[in-house]
Amino acid sequence: MDAIPSRSTGVVVGPVRAVMLVVEKQWTWYRRNWRSTAISSFLQPVLFLLAMGFGFGSQVQPGAVTGGHSYLVYLAPALLVVTTVQNATWESTYPVLSSFIWQKSYWGAVVTPVTPAQIFYAQLTWIGLRLVSSALVYVAVAAALGAVGGPGVLLAVPFAVLAGLAFAAPVVAFSATRDGAEGFTGLFRFVVIPMTLFTGAFFPITQLPGWLRPVAWVTPMWHGVELARGAAFGTLRLVPALGHIGYLLVMGAVGVVLGRKYFRRRLAV
Amino acid sequence: MVDKGSAEVRAGAGLFLRIVPPGLYAGRARVLVERSFMVYRRAWLSFVSGFFEPLFFLLSLGYGFGRLVTEVEGPGGQLLSYPVFVAPALLAASAMNGAVFDATYNIFFKFKYAKLYDAMLATPLGPLDIAIGEISWALLRGGMYSAAFLSVMLGMGLITSAWALLALPACLVVAFAFAAVGMAATTFMRSWQDFDLVQLVVLPLFLFSTTFYPLSVYPPVMQTVVTWTPLYHAIELLRGLTTGIPSWSMLGDLAYFAVMAAVGLVVAARRLGTLLLK
Repeated sequence: MDAIPSRSTGVVVGPVRAVMLVVEKQWTWYRRNWRSTAISSFLQPVLFLLAMGFGFGSQVQPGAVTGGHSYLVYLAPALLVVTTVQNATWESTYPVLSSFIWQKSYWGAVVTPVTPAQIFYAQLTWIGLRLVSSALVYVAVAAALGAVGGPGVLLAVPFAVLAGLAFAAPVVAFSATRDGAEGFTGLFRFVVIPMTLFTGAFFPITQLPGWLRPVAWVTPMWHGVELARGAAFGTLRLVPALGHIGYLLVMGAVGVVLGRKYFRRRLAV
Repeated sequence: MVDKGSAEVRAGAGLFLRIVPPGLYAGRARVLVERSFMVYRRAWLSFVSGFFEPLFFLLSLGYGFGRLVTEVEGPGGQLLSYPVFVAPALLAASAMNGAVFDATYNIFFKFKYAKLYDAMLATPLGPLDIAIGEISWALLRGGMYSAAFLSVMLGMGLITSAWALLALPACLVVAFAFAAVGMAATTFMRSWQDFDLVQLVVLPLFLFSTTFYPLSVYPPVMQTVVTWTPLYHAIELLRGLTTGIPSWSMLGDLAYFAVMAAVGLVVAARRLGTLLLK
Protein backbone atom coordinates (compact mmCIF):
# COMPACT_ATOMS: atom_id res chain seq x y z
CA MET A 1 0.00 0.00 0.00
CA ASP A 2 2.81 2.32 0.93
CA ALA A 3 5.18 0.88 -1.63
CA ILE A 4 8.06 3.17 -2.34
CA PRO A 5 8.79 3.95 -5.96
CA SER A 6 12.42 2.93 -5.97
CA ARG A 7 12.84 4.24 -9.49
CA SER A 8 12.79 7.84 -8.24
CA THR A 9 16.16 7.67 -6.48
CA GLY A 10 17.50 4.28 -7.33
CA VAL A 11 17.71 3.55 -3.60
CA VAL A 12 15.42 0.88 -2.21
CA VAL A 13 14.26 1.62 1.30
CA GLY A 14 11.90 -0.82 2.96
CA PRO A 15 8.95 0.51 4.94
CA VAL A 16 10.50 -0.36 8.32
CA ARG A 17 13.80 1.25 7.37
CA ALA A 18 11.95 4.34 6.17
CA VAL A 19 10.15 4.66 9.51
CA MET A 20 13.41 4.14 11.41
CA LEU A 21 15.15 6.85 9.38
CA VAL A 22 12.59 9.39 10.56
CA VAL A 23 12.92 8.09 14.11
CA GLU A 24 16.68 8.56 13.78
CA LYS A 25 16.07 12.18 12.86
CA GLN A 26 14.15 12.62 16.13
CA TRP A 27 16.94 10.93 18.07
CA THR A 28 19.55 13.17 16.49
CA TRP A 29 17.64 16.22 17.66
CA TYR A 30 16.94 14.74 21.06
CA ARG A 31 20.57 13.90 21.78
CA ARG A 32 21.30 17.61 21.77
CA ASN A 33 18.14 18.80 23.47
CA TRP A 34 17.19 16.14 26.01
CA ARG A 35 17.95 18.38 28.95
CA SER A 36 14.97 20.58 28.23
CA THR A 37 12.64 17.61 28.58
CA ALA A 38 14.32 16.11 31.63
CA ILE A 39 12.37 18.19 34.09
CA SER A 40 8.92 17.68 32.61
CA SER A 41 9.29 14.00 31.88
CA PHE A 42 11.55 12.69 34.65
CA LEU A 43 11.61 15.08 37.57
CA GLN A 44 7.95 16.08 37.60
CA PRO A 45 6.54 12.62 38.42
CA VAL A 46 9.12 12.17 41.14
CA LEU A 47 8.23 15.51 42.70
CA PHE A 48 4.55 14.58 42.53
CA LEU A 49 5.28 11.25 44.18
CA LEU A 50 7.16 12.99 47.00
CA ALA A 51 4.52 15.66 47.59
CA MET A 52 1.38 13.58 47.20
CA GLY A 53 2.71 10.19 48.29
CA PHE A 54 4.71 11.26 51.33
CA GLY A 55 3.28 14.69 52.16
CA PHE A 56 -0.41 14.29 51.46
CA GLY A 57 -0.14 10.55 52.17
CA SER A 58 0.93 11.31 55.72
CA GLN A 59 -2.61 12.59 56.31
CA VAL A 60 -4.26 9.44 54.93
CA GLN A 61 -4.92 6.35 57.02
CA PRO A 62 -4.35 3.13 55.04
CA GLY A 63 -7.73 1.48 54.72
CA ALA A 64 -10.26 -0.13 52.44
CA VAL A 65 -10.12 2.82 50.02
CA THR A 66 -6.39 2.37 49.42
CA GLY A 67 -6.62 -1.42 49.30
CA GLY A 68 -4.87 -1.68 52.65
CA HIS A 69 -1.69 -0.12 51.26
CA SER A 70 -0.04 3.08 52.41
CA TYR A 71 -1.09 6.01 50.24
CA LEU A 72 2.41 6.21 48.76
CA VAL A 73 2.30 2.60 47.54
CA TYR A 74 -1.32 3.02 46.41
CA LEU A 75 -0.42 6.11 44.36
CA ALA A 76 2.87 4.99 42.78
CA PRO A 77 1.57 2.75 39.91
CA ALA A 78 -1.29 5.12 39.09
CA LEU A 79 1.08 8.07 38.93
CA LEU A 80 3.14 6.11 36.39
CA VAL A 81 0.11 6.03 34.08
CA VAL A 82 -0.83 9.66 34.73
CA THR A 83 2.66 10.84 33.84
CA THR A 84 2.93 8.61 30.81
CA VAL A 85 -0.38 9.81 29.36
CA GLN A 86 0.54 13.42 30.10
CA ASN A 87 3.95 13.02 28.46
CA ALA A 88 2.23 11.34 25.51
CA THR A 89 -0.11 14.31 25.12
CA TRP A 90 2.72 16.77 25.28
CA GLU A 91 4.80 14.86 22.72
CA SER A 92 1.78 14.56 20.40
CA THR A 93 0.92 18.25 20.27
CA TYR A 94 3.61 20.93 20.06
CA PRO A 95 6.39 18.82 18.47
CA VAL A 96 3.98 17.56 15.79
CA LEU A 97 2.60 20.99 15.02
CA SER A 98 6.13 22.32 15.00
CA SER A 99 7.20 19.70 12.46
CA PHE A 100 4.39 20.90 10.20
CA ILE A 101 4.54 24.68 10.57
CA TRP A 102 7.62 25.92 12.43
CA GLN A 103 10.49 23.52 11.82
CA LYS A 104 8.75 22.02 8.77
CA SER A 105 10.75 18.82 9.19
CA TYR A 106 7.89 16.62 7.91
CA TRP A 107 8.02 18.55 4.67
CA GLY A 108 11.68 17.77 4.44
CA ALA A 109 11.06 14.07 5.02
CA VAL A 110 8.20 13.77 2.56
CA VAL A 111 10.24 14.93 -0.43
CA THR A 112 12.40 11.83 0.09
CA PRO A 113 11.04 8.32 -0.61
CA VAL A 114 9.24 8.33 2.75
CA THR A 115 5.46 8.40 2.66
CA PRO A 116 3.20 10.55 4.87
CA ALA A 117 1.91 7.39 6.60
CA GLN A 118 5.47 6.33 7.40
CA ILE A 119 6.18 9.73 8.89
CA PHE A 120 3.11 9.28 11.08
CA TYR A 121 4.25 5.82 12.21
CA ALA A 122 7.71 7.19 12.92
CA GLN A 123 6.25 9.94 15.09
CA LEU A 124 4.26 7.37 17.09
CA THR A 125 7.29 5.10 17.39
CA TRP A 126 9.36 7.98 18.69
CA ILE A 127 6.68 8.89 21.24
CA GLY A 128 6.60 5.24 22.32
CA LEU A 129 10.36 5.21 22.87
CA ARG A 130 10.19 8.40 24.92
CA LEU A 131 7.39 6.95 27.03
CA VAL A 132 9.22 3.70 27.69
CA SER A 133 12.38 5.51 28.77
CA SER A 134 10.65 7.93 31.11
CA ALA A 135 8.47 5.15 32.58
CA LEU A 136 11.55 3.07 33.39
CA VAL A 137 13.29 6.01 35.05
CA TYR A 138 10.18 6.70 37.12
CA VAL A 139 9.90 3.07 38.26
CA ALA A 140 13.57 3.02 39.27
CA VAL A 141 13.17 6.19 41.34
CA ALA A 142 9.89 5.02 42.87
CA ALA A 143 11.54 1.74 43.87
CA ALA A 144 14.43 3.64 45.46
CA LEU A 145 11.91 5.68 47.46
CA GLY A 146 10.23 2.52 48.72
CA ALA A 147 6.99 3.24 46.83
CA VAL A 148 6.94 -0.06 44.98
CA GLY A 149 5.30 -3.10 46.53
CA GLY A 150 6.77 -5.81 44.29
CA PRO A 151 8.05 -6.80 40.84
CA GLY A 152 4.50 -6.59 39.42
CA VAL A 153 5.15 -2.93 38.77
CA LEU A 154 7.35 -3.90 35.83
CA LEU A 155 4.21 -5.21 34.13
CA ALA A 156 2.64 -1.82 34.83
CA VAL A 157 5.21 -0.21 32.50
CA PRO A 158 3.87 -1.75 29.24
CA PHE A 159 0.31 -1.01 30.39
CA ALA A 160 1.20 2.63 31.02
CA VAL A 161 2.91 2.91 27.63
CA LEU A 162 -0.12 1.28 25.96
CA ALA A 163 -2.43 3.84 27.57
CA GLY A 164 -0.06 6.62 26.51
CA LEU A 165 0.08 5.45 22.90
CA ALA A 166 -3.67 4.82 22.75
CA PHE A 167 -4.13 8.50 23.56
CA ALA A 168 -1.15 9.74 21.55
CA ALA A 169 -2.44 8.30 18.24
CA PRO A 170 -5.68 10.34 18.10
CA VAL A 171 -3.92 13.41 19.51
CA VAL A 172 -1.21 13.27 16.82
CA ALA A 173 -4.04 12.98 14.28
CA PHE A 174 -5.70 16.02 15.85
CA SER A 175 -2.44 17.99 15.79
CA ALA A 176 -2.09 17.20 12.08
CA THR A 177 -5.31 19.13 11.43
CA ARG A 178 -4.17 22.28 13.27
CA ASP A 179 -2.69 25.48 11.89
CA GLY A 180 -1.88 27.01 15.28
CA ALA A 181 -1.46 26.06 18.91
CA GLU A 182 -4.78 27.52 20.10
CA GLY A 183 -6.61 24.19 20.23
CA PHE A 184 -3.99 22.70 22.55
CA THR A 185 -4.92 24.96 25.45
CA GLY A 186 -8.45 23.57 25.29
CA LEU A 187 -7.15 20.01 25.02
CA PHE A 188 -5.00 20.39 28.12
CA ARG A 189 -7.54 22.33 30.15
CA PHE A 190 -10.69 20.41 29.30
CA VAL A 191 -9.40 16.92 28.56
CA VAL A 192 -6.03 16.22 30.13
CA ILE A 193 -6.37 18.02 33.46
CA PRO A 194 -9.88 16.72 34.30
CA MET A 195 -8.78 13.27 33.11
CA THR A 196 -5.83 13.44 35.49
CA LEU A 197 -7.87 14.56 38.44
CA PHE A 198 -10.98 12.43 38.09
CA THR A 199 -9.94 9.03 36.77
CA GLY A 200 -9.12 7.12 39.86
CA ALA A 201 -5.41 7.85 40.11
CA PHE A 202 -5.47 9.89 43.30
CA PHE A 203 -8.68 8.47 44.76
CA PRO A 204 -11.06 5.69 43.63
CA ILE A 205 -13.74 6.78 41.19
CA THR A 206 -16.37 5.30 43.51
CA GLN A 207 -15.95 8.58 45.41
CA LEU A 208 -17.19 10.53 42.41
CA PRO A 209 -20.86 11.36 41.95
CA GLY A 210 -22.61 8.60 39.94
CA TRP A 211 -23.09 10.66 36.79
CA LEU A 212 -19.38 11.42 36.57
CA ARG A 213 -18.20 7.79 36.62
CA PRO A 214 -19.10 6.98 32.98
CA VAL A 215 -16.96 9.97 31.99
CA ALA A 216 -14.00 8.29 33.69
CA TRP A 217 -14.72 5.02 31.88
CA VAL A 218 -14.17 6.54 28.43
CA THR A 219 -10.74 7.98 29.28
CA PRO A 220 -7.61 5.97 28.46
CA MET A 221 -6.12 7.04 31.76
CA TRP A 222 -8.73 5.18 33.82
CA HIS A 223 -8.15 1.95 31.89
CA GLY A 224 -4.40 2.39 32.26
CA VAL A 225 -4.68 3.08 36.00
CA GLU A 226 -6.85 -0.01 36.52
CA LEU A 227 -4.34 -2.16 34.62
CA ALA A 228 -1.24 -0.72 36.25
CA ARG A 229 -2.60 -0.88 39.77
CA GLY A 230 -3.88 -4.41 39.23
CA ALA A 231 -0.49 -5.48 37.89
CA ALA A 232 1.45 -3.83 40.72
CA PHE A 233 -0.73 -5.32 43.48
CA GLY A 234 -1.33 -8.68 41.77
CA THR A 235 -5.10 -8.18 41.81
CA LEU A 236 -5.59 -8.13 38.05
CA ARG A 237 -8.16 -10.61 36.72
CA LEU A 238 -8.15 -11.85 33.15
CA VAL A 239 -11.53 -10.75 31.83
CA PRO A 240 -11.48 -7.13 33.04
CA ALA A 241 -7.83 -6.88 31.97
CA LEU A 242 -8.69 -8.00 28.44
CA GLY A 243 -11.53 -5.48 28.41
CA HIS A 244 -9.21 -2.60 29.37
CA ILE A 245 -6.53 -3.68 26.90
CA GLY A 246 -9.15 -4.10 24.16
CA TYR A 247 -10.52 -0.61 24.77
CA LEU A 248 -7.04 0.92 24.59
CA LEU A 249 -6.20 -1.00 21.41
CA VAL A 250 -9.41 0.17 19.73
CA MET A 251 -8.73 3.76 20.74
CA GLY A 252 -5.19 3.52 19.38
CA ALA A 253 -6.39 1.90 16.14
CA VAL A 254 -8.93 4.67 15.54
CA GLY A 255 -6.15 7.17 16.10
CA VAL A 256 -3.89 5.39 13.62
CA VAL A 257 -6.58 5.36 10.92
CA LEU A 258 -7.25 9.06 11.41
CA GLY A 259 -3.57 9.92 11.68
CA ARG A 260 -2.69 8.19 8.40
CA LYS A 261 -5.56 9.99 6.74
CA TYR A 262 -4.69 13.47 8.00
CA PHE A 263 -0.95 13.09 7.40
CA ARG A 264 -1.62 12.02 3.84
CA ARG A 265 -4.11 14.81 3.28
CA ARG A 266 -1.65 17.40 4.51
CA LEU A 267 1.64 16.07 3.16
CA ALA A 268 0.77 14.24 -0.06
CA VAL A 269 1.96 16.26 -2.99
CA MET B 1 13.11 58.44 20.85
CA VAL B 2 11.84 58.88 24.39
CA ASP B 3 10.61 62.25 25.62
CA LYS B 4 12.90 62.79 28.60
CA GLY B 5 11.45 66.23 29.33
CA SER B 6 8.01 64.96 30.14
CA ALA B 7 9.43 62.38 32.52
CA GLU B 8 11.58 64.86 34.41
CA VAL B 9 8.90 67.45 35.16
CA ARG B 10 6.76 64.89 36.99
CA ALA B 11 6.21 66.16 40.55
CA GLY B 12 7.66 64.04 43.35
CA ALA B 13 9.51 61.85 40.91
CA GLY B 14 13.00 62.64 42.26
CA LEU B 15 13.74 59.47 44.21
CA PHE B 16 11.92 57.36 41.67
CA LEU B 17 14.05 58.69 38.86
CA ARG B 18 17.21 57.93 40.79
CA ILE B 19 16.20 54.27 40.99
CA VAL B 20 14.85 54.11 37.47
CA PRO B 21 16.88 56.31 35.12
CA PRO B 22 14.92 58.84 33.03
CA GLY B 23 14.15 57.87 29.48
CA LEU B 24 12.76 54.54 30.56
CA TYR B 25 9.30 55.82 31.37
CA ALA B 26 6.83 57.99 29.49
CA GLY B 27 3.83 57.50 31.79
CA ARG B 28 1.71 55.79 29.12
CA ALA B 29 1.63 52.19 30.35
CA ARG B 30 -2.17 52.14 29.99
CA VAL B 31 -1.99 51.88 26.21
CA LEU B 32 -0.46 48.42 26.60
CA VAL B 33 -3.40 47.34 28.72
CA GLU B 34 -5.68 48.64 26.02
CA ARG B 35 -3.81 46.62 23.42
CA SER B 36 -4.07 43.42 25.45
CA PHE B 37 -7.79 44.03 25.84
CA MET B 38 -8.16 44.35 22.07
CA VAL B 39 -6.16 41.16 21.52
CA TYR B 40 -8.15 39.06 23.99
CA ARG B 41 -11.48 40.24 22.58
CA ARG B 42 -10.65 37.87 19.74
CA ALA B 43 -9.25 35.06 21.89
CA TRP B 44 -11.94 35.09 24.56
CA LEU B 45 -12.11 31.30 24.71
CA SER B 46 -8.56 30.90 25.97
CA PHE B 47 -9.33 33.68 28.43
CA VAL B 48 -12.52 32.12 29.77
CA SER B 49 -11.08 28.61 30.00
CA GLY B 50 -8.60 29.89 32.59
CA PHE B 51 -11.47 29.96 35.09
CA PHE B 52 -11.92 26.21 34.94
CA GLU B 53 -8.50 24.92 35.80
CA PRO B 54 -8.49 25.82 39.52
CA LEU B 55 -12.12 24.79 39.67
CA PHE B 56 -11.28 21.26 38.53
CA PHE B 57 -8.50 21.10 41.09
CA LEU B 58 -10.83 22.32 43.82
CA LEU B 59 -13.51 19.76 43.00
CA SER B 60 -11.01 16.92 42.80
CA LEU B 61 -8.93 17.77 45.83
CA GLY B 62 -11.73 19.03 47.99
CA TYR B 63 -14.18 16.24 47.38
CA GLY B 64 -12.22 13.24 46.11
CA PHE B 65 -9.06 13.60 48.19
CA GLY B 66 -11.05 15.20 50.98
CA ARG B 67 -12.77 11.92 51.78
CA LEU B 68 -9.43 10.24 52.33
CA VAL B 69 -8.60 12.81 54.99
CA THR B 70 -10.90 13.99 57.73
CA GLU B 71 -9.34 17.03 59.36
CA VAL B 72 -6.09 18.88 58.82
CA GLU B 73 -4.23 21.28 61.08
CA GLY B 74 -4.75 24.85 59.84
CA PRO B 75 -3.46 28.26 60.98
CA GLY B 76 -3.08 28.60 64.75
CA GLY B 77 -3.33 24.83 65.19
CA GLN B 78 -7.05 24.88 64.42
CA LEU B 79 -8.45 21.73 62.78
CA LEU B 80 -10.05 22.37 59.39
CA SER B 81 -11.99 20.15 57.02
CA TYR B 82 -9.82 19.28 54.00
CA PRO B 83 -11.67 21.41 51.39
CA VAL B 84 -11.47 24.46 53.69
CA PHE B 85 -7.76 23.78 54.14
CA VAL B 86 -6.87 23.26 50.50
CA ALA B 87 -9.03 25.89 48.75
CA PRO B 88 -7.09 29.04 49.79
CA ALA B 89 -3.82 27.29 48.90
CA LEU B 90 -5.14 26.56 45.42
CA LEU B 91 -6.19 30.18 45.14
CA ALA B 92 -2.65 31.29 46.01
CA ALA B 93 -1.11 28.72 43.65
CA SER B 94 -3.34 29.81 40.78
CA ALA B 95 -2.39 33.45 41.42
CA MET B 96 1.26 32.39 41.19
CA ASN B 97 0.86 30.16 38.15
CA GLY B 98 -1.21 32.69 36.20
CA ALA B 99 1.23 35.50 36.93
CA VAL B 100 4.35 33.46 36.19
CA PHE B 101 3.08 32.00 32.93
CA ASP B 102 1.79 35.32 31.69
CA ALA B 103 5.08 36.98 32.56
CA THR B 104 7.30 34.29 31.05
CA TYR B 105 5.81 32.42 28.06
CA ASN B 106 3.60 35.22 26.76
CA ILE B 107 6.19 37.93 27.22
CA PHE B 108 8.99 35.85 25.73
CA PHE B 109 6.90 35.22 22.65
CA LYS B 110 6.03 38.89 22.21
CA PHE B 111 9.61 39.90 22.90
CA LYS B 112 11.53 37.43 20.80
CA TYR B 113 9.17 36.37 18.03
CA ALA B 114 6.43 38.96 17.60
CA LYS B 115 9.01 41.77 18.12
CA LEU B 116 6.17 43.65 19.70
CA TYR B 117 8.29 45.68 22.07
CA ASP B 118 10.68 46.79 19.37
CA ALA B 119 7.64 48.26 17.65
CA MET B 120 6.44 49.89 20.85
CA LEU B 121 9.79 51.50 21.58
CA ALA B 122 9.60 53.20 18.20
CA THR B 123 6.71 55.17 19.73
CA PRO B 124 6.90 57.44 22.79
CA LEU B 125 6.93 54.45 25.18
CA GLY B 126 9.84 53.41 27.39
CA PRO B 127 10.78 49.98 28.75
CA LEU B 128 9.24 50.80 32.11
CA ASP B 129 5.93 51.58 30.39
CA ILE B 130 6.14 48.13 28.88
CA ALA B 131 6.93 46.47 32.20
CA ILE B 132 4.15 48.28 34.04
CA GLY B 133 1.64 47.85 31.25
CA GLU B 134 2.23 44.12 30.90
CA ILE B 135 2.16 43.53 34.63
CA SER B 136 -1.05 45.57 34.99
CA TRP B 137 -2.74 43.46 32.36
CA ALA B 138 -1.58 40.26 34.04
CA LEU B 139 -3.01 41.59 37.31
CA LEU B 140 -6.36 42.48 35.77
CA ARG B 141 -6.61 39.05 34.28
CA GLY B 142 -5.43 37.29 37.44
CA GLY B 143 -7.77 39.43 39.54
CA MET B 144 -10.75 38.27 37.51
CA TYR B 145 -9.77 34.62 37.94
CA SER B 146 -9.22 35.09 41.66
CA ALA B 147 -12.59 36.79 42.06
CA ALA B 148 -14.28 33.92 40.22
CA PHE B 149 -12.49 31.36 42.38
CA LEU B 150 -13.47 33.19 45.56
CA SER B 151 -17.11 33.24 44.44
CA VAL B 152 -16.98 29.48 43.91
CA MET B 153 -15.48 29.04 47.38
CA LEU B 154 -18.24 31.18 48.82
CA GLY B 155 -20.86 29.16 46.96
CA MET B 156 -19.44 25.91 48.32
CA GLY B 157 -19.39 27.24 51.87
CA LEU B 158 -15.59 27.19 52.11
CA ILE B 159 -15.31 30.78 53.32
CA THR B 160 -15.95 31.14 57.01
CA SER B 161 -15.11 34.75 57.76
CA ALA B 162 -15.52 38.34 56.58
CA TRP B 163 -11.71 38.61 56.55
CA ALA B 164 -12.01 36.86 53.18
CA LEU B 165 -12.92 40.25 51.69
CA LEU B 166 -9.20 41.01 51.89
CA ALA B 167 -8.32 37.84 49.99
CA LEU B 168 -8.79 39.44 46.58
CA PRO B 169 -6.38 42.33 47.19
CA ALA B 170 -3.98 39.84 48.77
CA CYS B 171 -4.13 37.74 45.60
CA LEU B 172 -3.26 40.81 43.56
CA VAL B 173 -0.24 41.55 45.73
CA VAL B 174 0.95 37.96 45.34
CA ALA B 175 0.37 37.97 41.60
CA PHE B 176 2.16 41.31 41.24
CA ALA B 177 5.27 40.03 42.99
CA PHE B 178 5.39 36.81 40.96
CA ALA B 179 4.72 38.64 37.69
CA ALA B 180 7.52 41.13 38.36
CA VAL B 181 10.06 38.42 39.19
CA GLY B 182 8.85 36.27 36.27
CA MET B 183 9.30 39.14 33.87
CA ALA B 184 12.77 39.86 35.20
CA ALA B 185 13.66 36.18 34.70
CA THR B 186 12.27 36.23 31.16
CA THR B 187 14.72 38.92 30.15
CA PHE B 188 17.53 36.42 30.83
CA MET B 189 16.07 33.61 28.74
CA ARG B 190 17.69 32.56 25.50
CA SER B 191 15.34 29.99 23.99
CA TRP B 192 12.28 27.85 24.69
CA GLN B 193 14.54 25.25 26.24
CA ASP B 194 15.14 27.62 29.17
CA PHE B 195 11.47 27.47 30.07
CA ASP B 196 11.94 24.10 31.66
CA LEU B 197 13.82 26.05 34.33
CA VAL B 198 10.62 27.97 35.05
CA GLN B 199 8.92 24.62 35.64
CA LEU B 200 11.81 23.63 37.85
CA VAL B 201 10.99 26.56 40.14
CA VAL B 202 7.20 26.73 39.91
CA LEU B 203 6.40 23.05 40.28
CA PRO B 204 8.27 22.41 43.55
CA LEU B 205 6.80 25.64 44.93
CA PHE B 206 3.32 24.41 44.01
CA LEU B 207 3.85 20.96 45.49
CA PHE B 208 5.84 21.65 48.63
CA SER B 209 4.59 25.01 49.98
CA THR B 210 2.02 23.44 52.35
CA THR B 211 -0.52 23.49 49.53
CA PHE B 212 -1.82 19.98 50.15
CA TYR B 213 -0.70 19.22 53.71
CA PRO B 214 0.41 21.19 56.77
CA LEU B 215 3.96 22.33 57.52
CA SER B 216 4.17 19.95 60.50
CA VAL B 217 4.61 17.01 58.08
CA TYR B 218 8.20 18.09 57.37
CA PRO B 219 11.24 17.49 59.57
CA PRO B 220 12.40 20.72 61.32
CA VAL B 221 15.15 21.61 58.82
CA MET B 222 12.79 21.29 55.87
CA GLN B 223 10.20 23.38 57.72
CA THR B 224 12.67 26.25 57.89
CA VAL B 225 13.50 25.97 54.19
CA VAL B 226 9.81 25.92 53.24
CA THR B 227 9.10 29.06 55.29
CA TRP B 228 11.64 30.98 53.16
CA THR B 229 9.85 30.30 49.89
CA PRO B 230 7.38 32.78 48.40
CA LEU B 231 4.35 30.59 47.80
CA TYR B 232 4.41 29.53 51.45
CA HIS B 233 3.85 33.17 52.45
CA ALA B 234 1.06 33.54 49.89
CA ILE B 235 -0.69 30.47 51.27
CA GLU B 236 -0.27 31.58 54.87
CA LEU B 237 -1.78 34.94 53.98
CA LEU B 238 -4.78 33.57 52.09
CA ARG B 239 -5.45 30.64 54.39
CA GLY B 240 -5.48 32.98 57.35
CA LEU B 241 -7.87 35.35 55.62
CA THR B 242 -10.40 32.86 54.23
CA THR B 243 -10.60 30.91 57.49
CA GLY B 244 -10.75 34.12 59.56
CA ILE B 245 -7.61 33.52 61.63
CA PRO B 246 -5.63 36.73 61.03
CA SER B 247 -2.27 37.29 62.68
CA TRP B 248 0.46 39.94 62.77
CA SER B 249 2.76 37.67 60.79
CA MET B 250 0.64 38.52 57.74
CA LEU B 251 2.36 41.91 57.68
CA GLY B 252 5.62 40.01 57.32
CA ASP B 253 4.13 38.07 54.40
CA LEU B 254 3.14 41.35 52.75
CA ALA B 255 6.61 42.80 53.28
CA TYR B 256 8.08 39.71 51.60
CA PHE B 257 5.99 40.38 48.49
CA ALA B 258 6.74 44.11 48.51
CA VAL B 259 10.47 43.37 48.36
CA MET B 260 9.98 40.71 45.71
CA ALA B 261 7.89 43.04 43.54
CA ALA B 262 10.32 45.95 43.86
CA VAL B 263 13.36 43.87 42.98
CA GLY B 264 11.58 42.18 40.07
CA LEU B 265 10.30 45.43 38.64
CA VAL B 266 13.62 47.26 38.78
CA VAL B 267 15.54 44.34 37.27
CA ALA B 268 12.93 43.82 34.55
CA ALA B 269 12.87 47.49 33.52
CA ARG B 270 16.67 47.81 33.47
CA ARG B 271 17.17 44.58 31.55
CA LEU B 272 14.48 45.45 29.02
CA GLY B 273 16.20 48.79 28.57
CA THR B 274 19.53 47.07 27.99
CA LEU B 275 18.10 44.53 25.59
CA LEU B 276 15.91 46.84 23.57
CA LEU B 277 17.63 50.20 23.53
CA LYS B 278 21.19 49.13 22.78
